[in-house]
Amino acid sequence: MGLDLSPFVDVVGSANGGPVWIAGQQSRVAAPSSVRLVAAPSGIYDLRPDEMTVVCGAGTSIDELQDALRAVGQYVNLPRGNSGSGTVGGALATGRSDIYRLGRGAIRDTLLQARYINHDGQIVSAGGPTVKNVSGFDLCRLLVGSFGQLGFLGEVILRTRPIPQSSRWFMKNDANQENINEVLRRVYRPASVLWDGHTVWFCIEGNSRDCDETIQQLATDLGAPTEVAGPPELNTFPFRESIPPAELAGLVQGHMHQGTVQLLVEAGVGIVHRQTPAEPKATDKTIEILHHRMIQQFNPTGRLNPGVSLTTGSTV
Amino acid sequence: MKSVASVQPINQTLVSRLRQVLEPRRVHTDAADIDLYKRDASNIEGRAGVVCFPMTTVEVQEVVRICAEFNQPFVARGSGTGLAGGATPLDGAVVISTAKMNRLLSVDPINRTAWIEPGMLNLDLTREVAHLGLHFAPDPSSQQSCTIGGNVANNSGGPHCLADGVTSSHILACEVVLSDGSLVVLGGEEPEPSGLDLRGAFIGSEGMFGITTKICVRLMQNFSAVKTMLLDFTSVQAGAETVSAIIAAGMVPAALEMMDQLCLEAVEAYIHAGLPTDAAAALLIEVSGLPHAVNEETERISEIGRTHGARTIRVAQDEAERALLWKGRKTAFGAIARIKPNYYLHDTVVPRRKLNEVLQEVYRIAKRHDLLVLNVFHAGDGNLHPLLVFDKREPGVMERVLAAGEEIVRVSVAAGGVLSGEHGIGLEKRDFMPLMFGPHDLEAQSAMRFAFDPLGIANPFKVLPSPSSCGDAHNIGEDMWV
Repeated sequence: MGLDLSPFVDVVGSANGGPVWIAGQQSRVAAPSSVRLVAAPSGIYDLRPDEMTVVCGAGTSIDELQDALRAVGQYVNLPRGNSGSGTVGGALATGRSDIYRLGRGAIRDTLLQARYINHDGQIVSAGGPTVKNVSGFDLCRLLVGSFGQLGFLGEVILRTRPIPQSSRWFMKNDANQENINEVLRRVYRPASVLWDGHTVWFCIEGNSRDCDETIQQLATDLGAPTEVAGPPELNTFPFRESIPPAELAGLVQGHMHQGTVQLLVEAGVGIVHRQTPAEPKATDKTIEILHHRMIQQFNPTGRLNPGVSLTTGSTV
Repeated sequence: MKSVASVQPINQTLVSRLRQVLEPRRVHTDAADIDLYKRDASNIEGRAGVVCFPMTTVEVQEVVRICAEFNQPFVARGSGTGLAGGATPLDGAVVISTAKMNRLLSVDPINRTAWIEPGMLNLDLTREVAHLGLHFAPDPSSQQSCTIGGNVANNSGGPHCLADGVTSSHILACEVVLSDGSLVVLGGEEPEPSGLDLRGAFIGSEGMFGITTKICVRLMQNFSAVKTMLLDFTSVQAGAETVSAIIAAGMVPAALEMMDQLCLEAVEAYIHAGLPTDAAAALLIEVSGLPHAVNEETERISEIGRTHGARTIRVAQDEAERALLWKGRKTAFGAIARIKPNYYLHDTVVPRRKLNEVLQEVYRIAKRHDLLVLNVFHAGDGNLHPLLVFDKREPGVMERVLAAGEEIVRVSVAAGGVLSGEHGIGLEKRDFMPLMFGPHDLEAQSAMRFAFDPLGIANPFKVLPSPSSCGDAHNIGEDMWV
């Protein structure tokens, strides 16, 4: 760890410093106009390919970070923002994985260590610098997806991964639920399987010859899929829902109107990309109690990102 | 060793209440019975007041509610294979064994998930789903006897976690009984449950946030091709540099283990696998996946090994040879009994680039304390497991072992590493936490604990050193033996 966080501490201020909101590029969550905005430090501090780790400021642009990692044959499992690159801190604070979650894992596994500023302007360290670490409670997991409510990320150590030798997308029309199951069964650890009720898109990563053989085997049962440049455009699905993956088929069936479905689902994962918002779900009462206690402990005056919803990231 | 200064008798009213909610035969208070539960697999002994064997979630809730009513600390226990004293009961705590809650409840082979009870053994889960072409990735060396509930409590790892991640990456949800007896499901089958990742916070909390009673695990597809290799070197440095070079070359093998010379000698004498006993170190490397990728990576790793001075590169020719090589790795602890009757196994992590430097220091520490040390560890993760072997009948040896252990921990953290990679903190390393964490850091961890267990009765006084854990219910008893 090495970034000087004292300027960040100064702008965040202590417990009596009033409400404050952390904003990166606002590519995921828009900042309110009524609250003082602060920005996390940016810049790559230490990139270590042989450790598969990188140390950077939370305000670092994801595109800048991925460019630097690409030069050493690695990437970090952080999604870009909805409108542009977004920052590392923004991706971690929202905690939403991208469409490669099936193969690459959840974003929450990316954060190894964080130095954040707490509600009282103190620097707090969570996690550890190594990929493997069970020293104390896993505060990093709690920070990811906390929408800045527990503290403002200043500096982070992230786990990096090797860029796969090849990453190829395929599609097949007239794909029904059984076809989707067949892809999930037969493709070895697919990176992504997307389905809109009619067409399946799937991504295979790894050795290209293995990929060719997988496609040949699939063609026997499924019909030959077509290789395409990439996944379908997600811009037409601005809303997101999370359901058990076993319920996806029923959801798609329920939304089938005249042969088209206004959804794109991540098979094997359970994310639903929607054109319209899903019905809000009731939160379990005990979960609400635990959330309340956490906020009481970490943000007792509510000055950090005041009014943000822990479930949507929007201001409430 | 500390002697027993005071032993508080268990509250008989509490015992009576427990026998009202569980069959009396599942509430043990007999001294000989409960003596078996005074410690886990560590060298740290405490004292259980009563040992309960619930069989359902409701029964766990009932037991915990009674504990809460009596402000009585409780300790959840799986198989007791933990190595850091996390399941050691203090002050006559109520031990809640999950051993009888060991069923596989359901499997979804398409989405690769399963619901299980916490007492299910790690290897049993993999055996149960093998016919579906699936397995549970975390594979601690104790996988034949450790429970998944214990894996959740410790966020356990294992040799094959290098590529696929440790337990936290493979748990989707935990049904948890909190310290007031209330029930909650943390996480879920859905990938992004609303709000904070309480599931992630719970995993690795060493029984201090509650007791898990059902677990939804993520299962992994079995690979179609695998190659297991043994590379040996004339120096530990060459072996360690090979580890870093493999990772820097963009490969993450399924497993990347190292054994040093003393370990190779002990294991070879035990299993006769043809291990290179004259080598300073050997790497056991496994690559798995699809055939072309496996063949290509085997070639590339061999080339990197040769570049770094590997003397021989042995690739297992069949499943029997592969099993033999892994038997050598996984039975190392048994083999060590041929050298000395006792061992103390440490667990720290260092940056890969510091492996050689720290290992050399470990050798110096052992020599300074007149101890034998063997190293068999997860080199790919930088996860050291120095094994100090000794005969505890030798006067003064335990003091030397503990002193050497502390120095190893300090050297690892000073090298940019961490206190534990997979065994956890428990009691063993609780007082070393300030080596890694400052007061504000520990306060934040204490705040997590308080949010889950404001009563402070779930396995108190583990992990967090005082005064960070000042909310816990009781002081450490004088009856703790180290």
